[in-house]
Amino acid sequence: MGESGVIIQLKNIVFSYAGGKPVLDDLYFTLEEGAKLGIIGHNGSGKTTMLHIIMGLLKPSSGTIRAFGKPVETKKDFLDVRRKIGFLFQDADDQLFCPTVLEDIAFGPLNLGKSPREARKMAMESLERLNLKGFEKRVTHRLSGGEKKLVALATVLVMQPEALLLDEPTTGLDEDTNIRIITLLNSLDIGYIIVSHEYDFLARTTRDIYSVQNGQIVYDGDSSTLHSHYHRHLMGKFGHHHETLHSQT
Amino acid sequence: MLQEPFSIGDSQIHRLDPRFKVVFATVYAFVVALSNSFPSLFAALIFSFALVGFCRLDFLEVAKRIALVNGFIIFLWLVVPMTFAGQPLFYLGPFGVSREGVLVSARITLKSNAILLAFIALIASSTVATLGSALSRLRIPEKIVYLLLLNYRYIFVMEEEYRRLLRSASIRGFRPASNLHTYKTYAYLIGMLFVRASDRAERVYKAMLCRGFAVRFYSLHEFSFSLLDLIWLIVMTIAIIGLEILEWVKVV
Repeated sequence: MGESGVIIQLKNIVFSYAGGKPVLDDLYFTLEEGAKLGIIGHNGSGKTTMLHIIMGLLKPSSGTIRAFGKPVETKKDFLDVRRKIGFLFQDADDQLFCPTVLEDIAFGPLNLGKSPREARKMAMESLERLNLKGFEKRVTHRLSGGEKKLVALATVLVMQPEALLLDEPTTGLDEDTNIRIITLLNSLDIGYIIVSHEYDFLARTTRDIYSVQNGQIVYDGDSSTLHSHYHRHLMGKFGHHHETLHSQT
Repeated sequence: MLQEPFSIGDSQIHRLDPRFKVVFATVYAFVVALSNSFPSLFAALIFSFALVGFCRLDFLEVAKRIALVNGFIIFLWLVVPMTFAGQPLFYLGPFGVSREGVLVSARITLKSNAILLAFIALIASSTVATLGSALSRLRIPEKIVYLLLLNYRYIFVMEEEYRRLLRSASIRGFRPASNLHTYKTYAYLIGMLFVRASDRAERVYKAMLCRGFAVRFYSLHEFSFSLLDLIWLIVMTIAIIGLEILEWVKVV
């Protein structure tokens, strides 16, 4: 199949935590450019693990990862992936480690080799984009939970990623922040994967919904037609997702 | 929650280059700590007060911090004059209060207050974040600087986790007492806190990797040494020279 337009491709991925049975077992998954996907699944099903494998934070015991048309194997390959794919962690406190908001948002651009002046400018623009103007001097640990989440999103978006991975982005947030995040996500023109156990949130932000079952990714359906009881679409009209269904029995 | 009330302000001292403030505060602390003559120590105290005055800080807040330190100094006054060998000044029952002991206590009181006030004026008038980048510009090893910054960032998170653990213990009927069960429970709480801290550290590190962290930290702060800094540099140098003169020249 053609490589153009494919951002991430996982094949035969097997992963288990020390001493346990495999969390991911012969997993296939493809994220295409601009695709907005949701992954739903119960706790411990391996959703987060899969995201960590894509970012190179966890190493699968077997399987191949391709990103942007190239195999990703070495540490250096993953450095490149991390530049192009933004990852929003479940707990914003993990993501925001600088004393002030501005420094935190500028951390990524500085790592990408931008000058302090440029990094500052990019950080300010990204704050403005998230309607967080005036937050730059705020101290990160004193922000509210919702504010922390929005700032964490800014720290990811400022790096101008080509795709986003979001791990449970709405856990513990109020409705107002939820709506702000939904609006923002819908306005993005890059693709993303959202891992969540909130079906309603996924329905409002993604097109196709998958679930992790028995260590594999299963296509559940189009979010507009899918109801809160999940039933599997295995056939036909979702042909371009063929890869992800490949290993199903 | 720890606040930084003194870092908010727009006085001349607030606007000084933090690198300069750090260097001066350090030199000043050494000079004062090593001085012994009373004229010099009194002059230092007055100068420190003047610095705080220039910062235009909330007097009540400053007084609270000074009171905290002087609380410890009271204990010093209770013990040192009676235990320090020297000529007895007067007797309190069976205890002789020595002249030398009183002088030592007085020196310590003056020194600690002078240094504390100067640090409030010079160091507390910058945020921890700013101090961190100032220290790294002063070629303090990065590991130490980031130890300071990350401590400052995560101490609250850890405190919150500790409270959460403690709450969960107390809603299940835990009442601290002086028994083995209590000690064991606290040991578990602290152990759990360490485990969580290490998990947290790992997640933070991963999040940093995801944002392109490659072992080197870059600073956003660009400091510049201005005319104002030059003026204060002269003022503070004169102050230090003055203290030294008072220290070494016998006042007749």
